[in-house]
Amino acid sequence: MKSTVTTLIPHRRARALGIVLAAALAVAGCSSDDPDSDGGSGSGSNGGSEAGTITVLAAASLTDTFTELGEMFEEENDGVTVQLSFGGSSTLVEQIQSGAPADVFASADEKNMEKLGDEAIEPAPFASNTLEIAVPPGNPAGVESFQDLAEPDLKLVICAAEVPCGTATEKVAEATGVELSPVSEEQSVTDVLGKVSSGEADAGVVYKTDVVGAGDSVEGVEFNESTEAVNTYPIAQLAEAENSELAQKFIEFVLSDAGQQVLADAGFGKP
Amino acid sequence: MANSSTQRGRGIGRPRWLYLPAAVGAAFVLLPLLAMIARVDWTNFFSLITSESALDALLLSLRTSSVSTLLCIVLGVPMATVLARTQFRGQGLLRSLVLLPLVIPPVVSGIALLYTFGRKGMLGSTMEFLGIEVAFSTAAVVMAQTFVALPFLVISLEGAMRTAGERYEVVAATLGAGPTTVFRRVTLPLVMPGLLSGAVLAFARSLGEFGATITFAGSLQGVTATLPIQIYLERVSDPDAAVALSLVLVVVAVLVIGIAGQRRGAR
Repeated sequence: MKSTVTTLIPHRRARALGIVLAAALAVAGCSSDDPDSDGGSGSGSNGGSEAGTITVLAAASLTDTFTELGEMFEEENDGVTVQLSFGGSSTLVEQIQSGAPADVFASADEKNMEKLGDEAIEPAPFASNTLEIAVPPGNPAGVESFQDLAEPDLKLVICAAEVPCGTATEKVAEATGVELSPVSEEQSVTDVLGKVSSGEADAGVVYKTDVVGAGDSVEGVEFNESTEAVNTYPIAQLAEAENSELAQKFIEFVLSDAGQQVLADAGFGKP
Repeated sequence: MANSSTQRGRGIGRPRWLYLPAAVGAAFVLLPLLAMIARVDWTNFFSLITSESALDALLLSLRTSSVSTLLCIVLGVPMATVLARTQFRGQGLLRSLVLLPLVIPPVVSGIALLYTFGRKGMLGSTMEFLGIEVAFSTAAVVMAQTFVALPFLVISLEGAMRTAGERYEVVAATLGAGPTTVFRRVTLPLVMPGLLSGAVLAFARSLGEFGATITFAGSLQGVTATLPIQIYLERVSDPDAAVALSLVLVVVAVLVIGIAGQRRGAR
Protein backbone atom coordinates (compact mmCIF):
# COMPACT_ATOMS: atom_id res chain seq x y z
CA MET A 1 0.00 0.00 0.00
CA LYS A 2 2.78 2.29 0.89
CA SER A 3 4.33 1.92 -2.55
CA THR A 4 1.25 3.33 -4.31
CA VAL A 5 1.49 6.42 -2.15
CA THR A 6 5.10 7.00 -3.05
CA THR A 7 4.46 6.74 -6.77
CA LEU A 8 1.78 9.41 -6.51
CA ILE A 9 4.20 11.94 -5.12
CA PRO A 10 4.54 14.65 -7.79
CA HIS A 11 7.08 13.95 -10.48
CA ARG A 12 8.50 17.35 -9.83
CA ARG A 13 10.54 15.93 -7.01
CA ALA A 14 12.03 13.23 -9.20
CA ARG A 15 12.84 15.82 -11.83
CA ALA A 16 14.50 18.04 -9.25
CA LEU A 17 16.60 15.11 -8.16
CA GLY A 18 17.60 14.52 -11.76
CA ILE A 19 18.66 18.13 -12.18
CA VAL A 20 20.73 17.98 -9.00
CA LEU A 21 22.40 14.79 -10.19
CA ALA A 22 23.15 16.24 -13.60
CA ALA A 23 24.60 19.36 -12.01
CA ALA A 24 26.76 17.29 -9.71
CA LEU A 25 28.07 15.29 -12.65
CA ALA A 26 28.78 18.43 -14.62
CA VAL A 27 30.72 19.95 -11.73
CA ALA A 28 32.68 16.74 -11.25
CA GLY A 29 33.49 16.67 -14.96
CA CYS A 30 34.65 20.27 -15.07
CA SER A 31 37.00 20.09 -12.14
CA SER A 32 39.37 17.80 -14.00
CA ASP A 33 40.48 20.54 -16.35
CA ASP A 34 41.00 23.36 -13.94
CA PRO A 35 41.56 26.50 -16.03
CA ASP A 36 44.12 27.80 -13.51
CA SER A 37 46.37 24.79 -13.69
CA ASP A 38 48.21 25.64 -16.88
CA GLY A 39 47.39 29.26 -17.55
CA GLY A 40 49.03 32.38 -16.22
CA SER A 41 52.63 31.69 -17.17
CA GLY A 42 52.52 34.35 -19.87
CA SER A 43 50.91 36.98 -17.67
CA GLY A 44 53.81 37.30 -15.25
CA SER A 45 55.33 40.72 -15.95
CA ASN A 46 58.43 40.55 -13.78
CA GLY A 47 60.86 38.32 -15.61
CA GLY A 48 61.76 34.91 -14.29
CA SER A 49 58.83 34.49 -11.94
CA GLU A 50 56.32 31.88 -13.02
CA ALA A 51 52.77 31.34 -11.94
CA GLY A 52 50.88 28.11 -11.98
CA THR A 53 50.06 25.04 -9.99
CA ILE A 54 52.25 22.08 -9.23
CA THR A 55 51.04 18.88 -7.70
CA VAL A 56 53.39 17.24 -5.23
CA LEU A 57 52.81 13.69 -4.03
CA ALA A 58 54.67 13.04 -0.81
CA ALA A 59 55.03 10.20 1.69
CA ALA A 60 52.73 10.43 4.70
CA SER A 61 55.70 10.93 7.02
CA LEU A 62 56.39 14.22 5.22
CA THR A 63 52.93 15.67 5.90
CA ASP A 64 54.03 18.38 8.35
CA THR A 65 57.30 19.34 6.71
CA PHE A 66 56.01 19.45 3.15
CA THR A 67 52.95 21.43 4.18
CA GLU A 68 55.33 24.00 5.61
CA LEU A 69 57.67 23.81 2.62
CA GLY A 70 54.73 24.24 0.26
CA GLU A 71 53.59 27.38 2.06
CA MET A 72 57.11 28.81 2.05
CA PHE A 73 57.47 28.08 -1.66
CA GLU A 74 54.14 29.78 -2.40
CA GLU A 75 55.25 32.85 -0.43
CA GLU A 76 58.52 33.09 -2.32
CA ASN A 77 56.87 32.59 -5.73
CA ASP A 78 53.95 34.88 -6.45
CA GLY A 79 50.96 33.22 -8.06
CA VAL A 80 52.23 29.72 -7.52
CA THR A 81 50.00 27.12 -5.91
CA VAL A 82 51.45 23.94 -4.49
CA GLN A 83 48.93 21.14 -4.33
CA LEU A 84 49.99 18.48 -1.86
CA SER A 85 48.76 14.93 -1.63
CA PHE A 86 50.03 12.65 1.11
CA GLY A 87 49.84 8.89 1.37
CA GLY A 88 51.84 5.74 1.82
CA SER A 89 54.73 5.73 -0.67
CA SER A 90 53.58 2.50 -2.30
CA THR A 91 50.04 3.85 -2.64
CA LEU A 92 51.38 7.01 -4.29
CA VAL A 93 53.47 4.93 -6.69
CA GLU A 94 50.32 3.01 -7.63
CA GLN A 95 48.50 6.31 -8.23
CA ILE A 96 51.30 7.67 -10.42
CA GLN A 97 51.43 4.46 -12.45
CA SER A 98 47.70 4.53 -13.01
CA GLY A 99 47.97 8.04 -14.40
CA ALA A 100 47.30 10.41 -11.53
CA PRO A 101 48.44 13.86 -12.70
CA ALA A 102 51.44 14.93 -10.63
CA ASP A 103 54.65 16.91 -11.07
CA VAL A 104 56.82 15.89 -8.13
CA PHE A 105 57.07 12.74 -6.03
CA ALA A 106 58.82 12.52 -2.66
CA SER A 107 59.16 8.93 -1.46
CA ALA A 108 59.88 7.62 2.03
CA ASP A 109 62.33 5.09 0.67
CA GLU A 110 64.44 4.41 -2.40
CA LYS A 111 62.69 1.12 -3.14
CA ASN A 112 59.40 2.81 -4.01
CA MET A 113 61.13 5.46 -6.12
CA GLU A 114 62.89 2.71 -8.06
CA LYS A 115 59.52 1.13 -8.86
CA LEU A 116 58.77 4.18 -11.03
CA GLY A 117 61.77 3.59 -13.28
CA ASP A 118 61.91 6.14 -16.09
CA GLU A 119 58.78 7.84 -14.88
CA ALA A 120 60.89 9.51 -12.20
CA ILE A 121 63.53 11.90 -13.55
CA GLU A 122 66.87 11.88 -11.69
CA PRO A 123 65.76 11.13 -8.14
CA ALA A 124 67.81 13.03 -5.57
CA PRO A 125 68.13 12.17 -1.88
CA PHE A 126 66.91 15.05 0.28
CA ALA A 127 66.59 13.65 3.81
CA SER A 128 67.23 10.64 5.96
CA ASN A 129 65.50 9.12 8.90
CA THR A 130 66.68 6.78 11.63
CA LEU A 131 64.80 4.55 14.03
CA GLU A 132 64.09 5.49 17.59
CA ILE A 133 62.23 3.75 20.41
CA ALA A 134 58.99 5.44 21.44
CA VAL A 135 57.78 4.91 25.00
CA PRO A 136 54.77 6.31 26.87
CA PRO A 137 55.45 9.50 28.88
CA GLY A 138 57.54 8.65 31.95
CA ASN A 139 58.84 5.46 30.35
CA PRO A 140 57.00 3.15 32.82
CA ALA A 141 58.80 0.02 31.61
CA GLY A 142 62.22 1.65 31.88
CA VAL A 143 63.41 0.97 28.34
CA GLU A 144 66.96 2.29 27.89
CA SER A 145 68.40 0.37 24.95
CA PHE A 146 67.50 -1.70 21.92
CA GLN A 147 68.50 -4.81 23.92
CA ASP A 148 65.81 -3.95 26.50
CA LEU A 149 63.19 -4.58 23.82
CA ALA A 150 63.84 -8.32 24.14
CA GLU A 151 62.54 -8.36 27.75
CA PRO A 152 59.89 -11.09 27.85
CA ASP A 153 57.32 -9.09 29.85
CA LEU A 154 57.62 -6.00 27.71
CA LYS A 155 54.66 -5.20 25.49
CA LEU A 156 56.47 -4.23 22.31
CA VAL A 157 54.79 -2.99 19.13
CA ILE A 158 56.66 -2.72 15.84
CA CYS A 159 55.83 -2.12 12.18
CA ALA A 160 55.11 -5.23 10.11
CA ALA A 161 58.02 -6.35 7.92
CA GLU A 162 55.93 -5.49 4.86
CA VAL A 163 56.09 -1.74 5.53
CA PRO A 164 59.33 0.31 5.39
CA CYS A 165 59.66 1.03 9.12
CA GLY A 166 59.22 -2.69 9.77
CA THR A 167 61.90 -3.60 7.25
CA ALA A 168 64.28 -1.21 9.01
CA THR A 169 63.40 -2.63 12.44
CA GLU A 170 64.07 -6.14 11.19
CA LYS A 171 67.42 -5.01 9.80
CA VAL A 172 68.55 -3.59 13.14
CA ALA A 173 67.33 -6.66 15.01
CA GLU A 174 69.30 -8.90 12.67
CA ALA A 175 72.44 -6.78 12.89
CA THR A 176 72.33 -6.70 16.69
CA GLY A 177 71.12 -10.27 17.19
CA VAL A 178 68.27 -9.10 19.41
CA GLU A 179 65.22 -11.40 19.28
CA LEU A 180 62.13 -9.23 19.18
CA SER A 181 58.81 -10.78 20.15
CA PRO A 182 56.24 -8.04 19.58
CA VAL A 183 52.65 -8.30 20.76
CA SER A 184 51.57 -6.60 17.56
CA GLU A 185 52.96 -5.86 14.11
CA GLU A 186 51.22 -2.75 12.87
CA GLN A 187 50.54 -1.55 9.33
CA SER A 188 51.85 1.94 9.84
CA VAL A 189 53.91 4.11 12.12
CA THR A 190 50.72 5.92 13.13
CA ASP A 191 49.29 2.68 14.49
CA VAL A 192 52.47 1.98 16.47
CA LEU A 193 52.46 5.50 17.92
CA GLY A 194 48.78 5.23 18.80
CA LYS A 195 49.37 2.08 20.82
CA VAL A 196 52.34 3.62 22.64
CA SER A 197 50.76 7.00 23.38
CA SER A 198 47.58 5.34 24.70
CA GLY A 199 49.76 3.28 27.05
CA GLU A 200 48.61 -0.04 25.59
CA ALA A 201 52.19 -0.85 24.60
CA ASP A 202 55.31 -0.29 26.70
CA ALA A 203 57.48 0.49 23.71
CA GLY A 204 57.35 0.82 19.95
CA VAL A 205 59.98 1.17 17.25
CA VAL A 206 59.35 4.14 14.97
CA TYR A 207 61.31 6.84 13.17
CA LYS A 208 62.93 9.74 14.97
CA THR A 209 60.68 12.17 13.08
CA ASP A 210 57.61 10.33 14.36
CA VAL A 211 58.72 10.84 17.95
CA VAL A 212 59.35 14.55 17.26
CA GLY A 213 55.98 14.86 15.50
CA ALA A 214 54.08 13.12 18.30
CA GLY A 215 55.03 15.91 20.71
CA ASP A 216 54.42 15.20 24.39
CA SER A 217 52.33 12.09 23.85
CA VAL A 218 55.42 9.87 23.63
CA GLU A 219 59.07 10.01 24.69
CA GLY A 220 61.97 8.93 22.52
CA VAL A 221 64.83 6.62 23.46
CA GLU A 222 67.74 6.83 21.03
CA PHE A 223 70.00 3.87 20.43
CA ASN A 224 73.38 3.64 18.70
CA GLU A 225 72.45 0.64 16.56
CA SER A 226 69.97 2.78 14.65
CA THR A 227 72.81 3.52 12.21
CA GLU A 228 72.33 -0.04 10.92
CA ALA A 229 69.21 1.06 9.07
CA VAL A 230 69.32 4.59 7.77
CA ASN A 231 66.39 5.34 5.51
CA THR A 232 66.95 7.77 2.65
CA TYR A 233 64.15 9.88 1.17
CA PRO A 234 64.46 10.64 -2.57
CA ILE A 235 62.57 13.33 -4.48
CA ALA A 236 62.09 13.42 -8.25
CA GLN A 237 60.30 15.26 -11.00
CA LEU A 238 57.85 13.03 -12.82
CA ALA A 239 58.11 12.45 -16.55
CA GLU A 240 54.43 13.31 -16.92
CA ALA A 241 54.87 16.67 -15.18
CA GLU A 242 52.92 19.46 -16.87
CA ASN A 243 55.03 22.17 -15.34
CA SER A 244 58.55 20.81 -15.34
CA GLU A 245 60.28 24.16 -14.69
CA LEU A 246 58.24 24.83 -11.59
CA ALA A 247 58.65 21.22 -10.48
CA GLN A 248 62.42 21.54 -10.76
CA LYS A 249 62.30 24.80 -8.83
CA PHE A 250 60.37 23.17 -6.01
CA ILE A 251 62.88 20.31 -5.79
CA GLU A 252 65.73 22.83 -5.65
CA PHE A 253 63.88 24.61 -2.86
CA VAL A 254 63.57 21.39 -0.83
CA LEU A 255 67.32 20.84 -1.28
CA SER A 256 68.18 24.47 -0.40
CA ASP A 257 69.41 25.53 3.05
CA ALA A 258 65.98 26.88 3.97
CA GLY A 259 64.29 23.68 2.95
CA GLN A 260 66.84 21.52 4.74
CA GLN A 261 66.37 23.56 7.93
CA VAL A 262 62.63 22.79 7.97
CA LEU A 263 63.41 19.08 7.59
CA ALA A 264 66.12 19.17 10.28
CA ASP A 265 63.70 20.84 12.72
CA ALA A 266 61.33 17.92 12.25
CA GLY A 267 64.03 15.41 13.13
CA PHE A 268 65.17 14.40 9.66
CA GLY A 269 68.88 13.80 9.11
CA LYS A 270 71.07 14.91 6.23
CA PRO A 271 70.51 12.89 3.04
CA MET B 1 -1.28 -8.39 -0.75
CA ALA B 2 -3.20 -10.58 -3.21
CA ASN B 3 -3.28 -7.95 -5.91
CA SER B 4 0.38 -7.07 -5.59
CA SER B 5 1.32 -9.63 -8.23
CA THR B 6 -1.14 -8.22 -10.75
CA GLN B 7 0.19 -4.74 -10.03
CA ARG B 8 3.67 -6.02 -10.65
CA GLY B 9 2.51 -7.48 -13.97
CA ARG B 10 1.11 -4.21 -15.25
CA GLY B 11 4.16 -2.26 -14.25
CA ILE B 12 2.34 0.02 -11.83
CA GLY B 13 4.82 1.71 -9.56
CA ARG B 14 7.59 0.79 -11.91
CA PRO B 15 8.03 3.50 -14.53
CA ARG B 16 10.32 2.54 -17.35
CA TRP B 17 12.79 5.37 -16.80
CA LEU B 18 13.78 3.73 -13.51
CA TYR B 19 15.70 1.04 -15.38
CA LEU B 20 18.54 3.27 -16.52
CA PRO B 21 19.65 4.61 -13.11
CA ALA B 22 19.03 1.16 -11.64
CA ALA B 23 21.38 -0.36 -14.20
CA VAL B 24 23.97 2.37 -13.61
CA GLY B 25 23.75 1.70 -9.89
CA ALA B 26 24.17 -2.03 -10.37
CA ALA B 27 27.15 -1.47 -12.68
CA PHE B 28 28.69 0.88 -10.12
CA VAL B 29 28.59 -1.90 -7.52
CA LEU B 30 29.52 -4.80 -9.77
CA LEU B 31 32.20 -3.28 -12.04
CA PRO B 32 34.82 -2.78 -9.29
CA LEU B 33 34.29 -6.38 -8.21
CA LEU B 34 34.73 -7.57 -11.79
CA ALA B 35 37.82 -5.40 -12.20
CA MET B 36 39.25 -6.98 -9.07
CA ILE B 37 38.52 -10.50 -10.29
CA ALA B 38 40.16 -9.63 -13.61
CA ARG B 39 43.35 -8.80 -11.72
CA VAL B 40 43.55 -12.16 -9.95
CA ASP B 41 46.73 -14.07 -10.71
CA TRP B 42 45.01 -17.40 -11.38
CA THR B 43 48.16 -19.43 -11.98
CA ASN B 44 49.36 -18.75 -8.45
CA PHE B 45 45.94 -18.28 -6.91
CA PHE B 46 45.95 -21.44 -4.84
CA SER B 47 49.43 -20.95 -3.43
CA LEU B 48 48.66 -17.32 -2.67
CA ILE B 49 45.58 -18.09 -0.61
CA THR B 50 47.11 -21.09 1.14
CA SER B 51 50.23 -19.39 2.44
CA GLU B 52 50.61 -19.87 6.18
CA SER B 53 49.79 -16.27 7.03
CA ALA B 54 46.76 -16.26 4.72
CA LEU B 55 45.33 -19.46 6.19
CA ASP B 56 45.97 -18.22 9.71
CA ALA B 57 44.14 -15.01 8.89
CA LEU B 58 41.17 -16.79 7.29
CA LEU B 59 40.79 -19.25 10.17
CA LEU B 60 41.14 -16.48 12.74
CA SER B 61 38.49 -14.44 10.93
CA LEU B 62 36.04 -17.33 10.77
CA ARG B 63 36.65 -18.21 14.42
CA THR B 64 36.34 -14.70 15.82
CA SER B 65 33.34 -13.86 13.63
CA SER B 66 31.53 -16.96 14.90
CA VAL B 67 32.17 -16.04 18.53
CA SER B 68 31.16 -12.43 17.85
CA THR B 69 27.92 -13.59 16.24
CA LEU B 70 27.14 -15.74 19.30
CA LEU B 71 27.83 -12.78 21.56
CA CYS B 72 25.62 -10.60 19.39
CA ILE B 73 22.77 -13.09 19.83
CA VAL B 74 23.28 -13.38 23.59
CA LEU B 75 23.33 -9.61 24.05
CA GLY B 76 21.25 -8.51 21.08
CA VAL B 77 18.11 -10.61 21.58
CA PRO B 78 17.41 -9.11 25.03
CA MET B 79 18.25 -5.62 23.72
CA ALA B 80 15.89 -5.97 20.75
CA THR B 81 13.13 -7.35 22.97
CA VAL B 82 13.42 -4.47 25.43
CA LEU B 83 13.39 -1.93 22.60
CA ALA B 84 10.44 -3.54 20.81
CA ARG B 85 8.26 -4.46 23.76
CA THR B 86 8.58 -1.58 26.18
CA GLN B 87 7.87 2.10 26.11
CA PHE B 88 9.70 4.58 28.26
CA ARG B 89 10.97 8.11 28.16
CA GLY B 90 14.09 8.47 26.09
CA GLN B 91 13.62 5.16 24.33
CA GLY B 92 14.08 6.77 20.94
CA LEU B 93 17.33 8.32 22.08
CA LEU B 94 18.51 5.03 23.56
CA ARG B 95 17.77 3.25 20.29
CA SER B 96 19.76 5.80 18.31
CA LEU B 97 22.69 5.43 20.69
CA VAL B 98 22.61 1.65 20.50
CA LEU B 99 22.62 1.85 16.71
CA LEU B 100 25.47 4.37 16.68
CA PRO B 101 28.23 1.87 15.78
CA LEU B 102 26.42 1.47 12.43
CA VAL B 103 27.26 4.98 11.38
CA ILE B 104 30.40 6.03 13.24
CA PRO B 105 33.68 5.26 11.50
CA PRO B 106 35.19 1.96 12.67
CA VAL B 107 38.34 3.77 13.77
CA VAL B 108 36.23 5.81 16.15
CA SER B 109 34.72 2.59 17.52
CA GLY B 110 38.26 1.29 18.05
CA ILE B 111 39.33 4.44 19.88
CA ALA B 112 36.23 4.27 22.08
CA LEU B 113 36.96 0.64 22.95
CA LEU B 114 40.59 1.50 23.65
CA TYR B 115 39.65 4.16 26.16
CA THR B 116 37.16 1.84 27.85
CA PHE B 117 38.84 -1.54 28.01
CA GLY B 118 42.47 -0.62 27.27
CA ARG B 119 45.18 -0.69 29.90
CA LYS B 120 44.78 3.00 30.63
CA GLY B 121 41.08 2.93 29.84
CA MET B 122 38.11 3.57 32.10
CA LEU B 123 37.70 -0.10 33.07
CA GLY B 124 41.38 -0.91 32.52
CA SER B 125 42.46 -0.84 36.17
CA THR B 126 39.42 -2.85 37.28
CA MET B 127 40.14 -5.46 34.64
CA GLU B 128 43.83 -5.52 35.54
CA PHE B 129 42.78 -6.13 39.16
CA LEU B 130 40.71 -9.07 38.00
CA GLY B 131 43.64 -10.37 35.98
CA ILE B 132 41.96 -9.80 32.62
CA GLU B 133 44.08 -8.25 29.91
CA VAL B 134 42.47 -7.78 26.54
CA ALA B 135 45.05 -5.62 24.76
CA PHE B 136 46.61 -7.40 21.76
CA SER B 137 44.56 -10.55 22.36
CA THR B 138 42.07 -12.46 20.25
CA ALA B 139 39.46 -11.41 22.81
CA ALA B 140 40.03 -7.81 21.74
CA VAL B 141 39.30 -8.79 18.11
CA VAL B 142 36.04 -10.42 19.20
CA MET B 143 35.11 -7.33 21.23
CA ALA B 144 35.77 -5.01 18.29
CA GLN B 145 33.71 -7.20 15.96
CA THR B 146 30.86 -7.55 18.44
CA PHE B 147 30.77 -3.80 19.01
CA VAL B 148 30.29 -2.99 15.33
CA ALA B 149 28.07 -6.00 14.50
CA LEU B 150 25.64 -5.86 17.42
CA PRO B 151 23.43 -3.09 15.96
CA PHE B 152 22.82 -5.17 12.82
CA LEU B 153 21.29 -7.94 14.90
CA VAL B 154 19.36 -5.59 17.17
CA ILE B 155 17.89 -3.55 14.32
CA SER B 156 16.70 -6.55 12.26
CA LEU B 157 15.31 -8.40 15.27
CA GLU B 158 13.56 -5.34 16.67
CA GLY B 159 11.97 -4.75 13.27
CA ALA B 160 10.79 -8.38 13.13
CA MET B 161 9.31 -8.12 16.62
CA ARG B 162 7.43 -4.93 15.86
CA THR B 163 6.09 -6.40 12.62
CA ALA B 164 5.00 -9.61 14.36
CA GLY B 165 3.04 -7.65 16.96
CA GLU B 166 1.92 -8.79 20.36
CA ARG B 167 -1.37 -10.54 19.53
CA TYR B 168 -0.17 -14.11 19.99
CA GLU B 169 1.74 -13.20 23.10
CA VAL B 170 -1.38 -11.67 24.64
CA VAL B 171 -3.37 -14.77 23.77
CA ALA B 172 -0.72 -17.04 25.27
CA ALA B 173 -0.66 -14.94 28.42
CA THR B 174 -4.46 -15.07 28.82
CA LEU B 175 -4.20 -18.85 28.52
CA GLY B 176 -1.98 -18.81 31.57
CA ALA B 177 1.58 -18.89 30.20
CA GLY B 178 4.23 -17.05 32.20
CA PRO B 179 6.37 -14.33 30.58
CA THR B 180 9.37 -16.64 30.12
CA THR B 181 7.23 -19.33 28.51
CA VAL B 182 5.61 -16.77 26.21
CA PHE B 183 9.02 -15.42 25.19
CA ARG B 184 10.46 -18.88 24.59
CA ARG B 185 7.45 -20.58 22.99
CA VAL B 186 5.74 -17.72 21.16
CA THR B 187 7.94 -14.66 20.63
CA LEU B 188 11.20 -16.34 19.62
CA PRO B 189 9.72 -18.86 17.14
CA LEU B 190 7.71 -16.05 15.59
CA VAL B 191 10.73 -13.87 14.92
CA MET B 192 13.17 -16.69 14.14
CA PRO B 193 13.63 -15.66 10.46
CA GLY B 194 14.46 -12.11 11.56
CA LEU B 195 16.85 -13.41 14.18
CA LEU B 196 18.62 -15.64 11.65
CA SER B 197 19.04 -12.95 9.03
CA GLY B 198 20.21 -10.57 11.76
CA ALA B 199 22.77 -13.13 12.91
CA VAL B 200 24.00 -13.65 9.35
CA LEU B 201 24.37 -9.90 8.88
CA ALA B 202 26.28 -9.67 12.15
CA PHE B 203 28.55 -12.47 11.00
CA ALA B 204 29.19 -10.73 7.68
CA ARG B 205 29.94 -7.43 9.40
CA SER B 206 32.34 -9.16 11.81
CA LEU B 207 34.10 -10.83 8.93
CA GLY B 208 34.74 -7.50 7.23
CA GLU B 209 35.70 -5.59 10.37
CA PHE B 210 38.96 -3.75 9.95
CA GLY B 211 39.20 -0.27 11.44
CA ALA B 212 38.10 -1.02 14.98
CA THR B 213 40.21 -4.18 15.07
CA ILE B 214 43.44 -2.54 13.95
CA THR B 215 42.88 0.35 16.35
CA PHE B 216 41.90 -1.70 19.38
CA ALA B 217 43.46 -5.13 18.93
CA GLY B 218 46.56 -4.65 16.79
CA SER B 219 47.86 -7.19 14.33
CA LEU B 220 49.81 -10.37 15.02
CA GLN B 221 49.69 -13.45 12.85
CA GLY B 222 47.30 -16.05 14.22
CA VAL B 223 46.33 -13.89 17.21
CA THR B 224 44.85 -10.62 16.01
CA ALA B 225 45.66 -10.44 12.28
CA THR B 226 42.27 -11.12 10.69
CA LEU B 227 41.70 -11.51 6.95
CA PRO B 228 40.95 -7.83 6.26
CA ILE B 229 44.10 -6.82 8.16
CA GLN B 230 46.17 -9.38 6.25
CA ILE B 231 44.81 -8.01 2.95
CA TYR B 232 45.67 -4.46 3.95
CA LEU B 233 49.17 -5.56 4.88
CA GLU B 234 49.82 -7.67 1.77
CA ARG B 235 48.64 -4.79 -0.44
CA VAL B 236 51.97 -3.10 0.22
CA SER B 237 54.38 -6.00 -0.27
CA ASP B 238 52.48 -8.48 -2.41
CA PRO B 239 49.55 -6.98 -4.34
CA ASP B 240 48.80 -10.34 -6.02
CA ALA B 241 48.25 -11.99 -2.65
CA ALA B 242 46.08 -9.07 -1.55
CA VAL B 243 43.85 -9.44 -4.61
CA ALA B 244 43.61 -13.21 -4.17
CA LEU B 245 42.67 -12.87 -0.50
CA SER B 246 40.18 -10.11 -1.33
CA LEU B 247 38.46 -12.52 -3.68
CA VAL B 248 38.31 -15.15 -0.92
CA LEU B 249 36.69 -12.61 1.40
CA VAL B 250 34.19 -11.56 -1.27
CA VAL B 251 33.27 -15.19 -1.98
CA VAL B 252 32.72 -15.90 1.73
CA ALA B 253 30.65 -12.71 2.03
CA VAL B 254 28.54 -13.63 -1.01
CA LEU B 255 27.89 -17.08 0.47
CA VAL B 256 26.87 -15.53 3.78
CA ILE B 257 24.56 -12.98 2.15
CA GLY B 258 23.14 -15.73 -0.04
CA ILE B 259 22.22 -17.74 3.05
CA ALA B 260 20.59 -14.67 4.57
CA GLY B 261 18.64 -14.02 1.36
CA GLN B 262 17.35 -17.57 1.25
CA ARG B 263 16.18 -17.30 4.83
CA ARG B 264 14.29 -14.17 3.97
CA GLY B 265 12.82 -15.80 0.87
CA ALA B 266 11.73 -18.82 2.90
CA ARG B 267 9.83 -16.54 5.23
